[in-house]
This record gives sequence, structure tokens and C-alpha cells, in this order.
Amino acid sequence: MEGTAVRGRLTWQVATVSQLIDETPSVRTIVLQVPDWAGHRAGQHLDVRLTAEDGYSAERSYSIASAPGEPVAITVERLDDGEVSPYLTGELQVGDELELRGPIGGYFVWDADHDRGPLMLLAGGSGIAPLRSILRQREHSGSMVPTRLVYSSRSLPDVIYRGELDRCDGGVEVIYTLTRQQPPGWSGHAGRVDAALLAEATWPASQDPIAFVCGPTSFVETVAEGLVGLGYPARRVKTERFGATGGPGGPDGGT
Amino acid sequence: MEALDGNAIGGLLQEVFGTEMTNATGMCGTCGAAGPVAECVVYLRAPGTVVRCRNCGYVLMVFVKVRDMNCVDLRGLATLGRG
Repeated sequence: MEGTAVRGRLTWQVATVSQLIDETPSVRTIVLQVPDWAGHRAGQHLDVRLTAEDGYSAERSYSIASAPGEPVAITVERLDDGEVSPYLTGELQVGDELELRGPIGGYFVWDADHDRGPLMLLAGGSGIAPLRSILRQREHSGSMVPTRLVYSSRSLPDVIYRGELDRCDGGVEVIYTLTRQQPPGWSGHAGRVDAALLAEATWPASQDPIAFVCGPTSFVETVAEGLVGLGYPARRVKTERFGATGGPGGPDGGT
Repeated sequence: MEALDGNAIGGLLQEVFGTEMTNATGMCGTCGAAGPVAECVVYLRAPGTVVRCRNCGYVLMVFVKVRDMNCVDLRGLATLGRG
């Protein structure tokens, strides 16, 4: 493990929690110090392994929420019946160690210098995490690619990274839709993302946009079908499904 | 159990194949549909990990871990490769 990792081979290593950020009452960002990190691309994820004293272990995948070059961070949503997320969001402390491997994935990734088409980001709930990495990477790289984010949340307090998203400018447009509860005087969208909202909020297919869709499986299926219906070629719609709610490694509050 | 997609097994695939595979192209041996592994339908605890074709639903790959050894069944795939 110590600097001897074979290129391309994934090895488990021990990271140290350097910071914990409460994003919403049920969502926490965990910033990690990873001694032997090869560097990641925007949109990739990592696997976390927790091992109990009796040897039982559970693995989950979590999208990397930070941009390439930033300290590795994951954003975890607490699911009360999960095996892993209650520990990560409730008990984990700064200074604790966490076993992980990564970065993982080469499909759901965005490279600023490779793709110049307008960027269409669509997130459901904690599916925002890898898209936040893409947004930050876009900013850090000085990319001017026109970008829209459609972000579906249950309610305004459930919006993850809200302060950061509200400050987006320089060619990034953020469109919220709140599915369960809207605050008084809410002028944004209400309800689930549907064909009408997609038609209104997405880049026209004629501009050759590239779309990244991330969230619960049902959200991703609806959105991906809708985009293809609007003329997006399937190869320009990149998807990542979290299950009912959870991470790419299964329903346990991941992102 | 809810279906995920091939992104969910990026780590497992890298463990088995020794390289990034979610961006590889798999062709279904049953219906002939081809697409990125990331877009396949994945059930994580089926038991074992079951990967199905998004077009026809047929089983493409099965992974079962037995005493730390990955047992891999790729019979449902016609081809698996880059590009």
C-alpha cells in the first residue's frame, strides 16, 4: 500500500477524517486526508469499507463531492435503516480513520478540456454530490462552457450545498424544484421533474449539450428518458443511479 | 430490490479486471445491444452481484465472492472491450 500500489489496481487504504460539515439535518460532508491518493476526475466515486469488531464488513460507494485537486470529500445522507450511513453521519469524528479505495469510474466523469458542449446537470437529492465536483472543476479550470443545473429536492432545507449553489454565476444557472414542500412565496418550480420542466429548463439538443443525471433510480430513468425524448442522443446522457436513495454502491445514504 | 447501474460496481470491476471498466462497451449475447458497462442494470445483493442488459433484461455478468475469491460468470456477454 505504501507507495507501491500497482497502477490501475485498487487498494484499500486508510484515510483520516479532517473535517465534518453538516449540509442539512440529515446530510453531512466528510473531508478526508488520504495519504496515497492518485488524484481524481470530476464525477468519480470511491468505496468505503467499515469493519465491525467481529469481522463483519460492509462496503458502500460514495461520489467524490470535491473537485480534482481539492481534499477528497464525500457527502453522505443519513438513512435510519442503513448499515453504514448512520455511523458516517452520526458517530464519525474528526481524526477518526476510514478505510477506502478509489478513485473509481471512467464513464460518469467530466473533463473541462475534453468537452465543450453546454453542460446540462440534473440532480435528485444527494445525487448533487458528483455534479458539485463537476461545477467546482468547471470553475477551477476557468471553463466558460454554459451550464445549467436542475436540482430536485424534497424541500428548501433539504437542498444540499445551497449557499454554494446560490452563489453560482459566471455562466451557471441553477434551477430548483421542490417536490414535497415549498416555502411561502416560493417562485421556483414545485413537484417532480417532468417532461414539461425538462423542455423548459434544458439546453436544446441542437446545441449538442452533454447531460449528467444523478440521483435515485426512478429520477434518473424519468430524466434520461425525457432528455432522449427531447432529442438528446443516448451517448450524450450520462447517468448514475443510487437506488431508492443511497450511493452508487447501494441504498445507504451515499451520493 | 432496486436496480442500480454499472457505476455501482466500478470498484468490483476494477478489482476483477485490473483496470477501469465502467466506460468499456459490453455487447449482450442475447439481443446484441451494445453500450457502456455503466449503463447496465445492476442488482448488488441478488445474492451476488447480477448485471443485466438494459435492452432485453438478460443476465450479462454474475459476480460472487466466496472466501475472498471473486467468482466471475461472463457467459451472457458476446463481447466486452474498449470503444
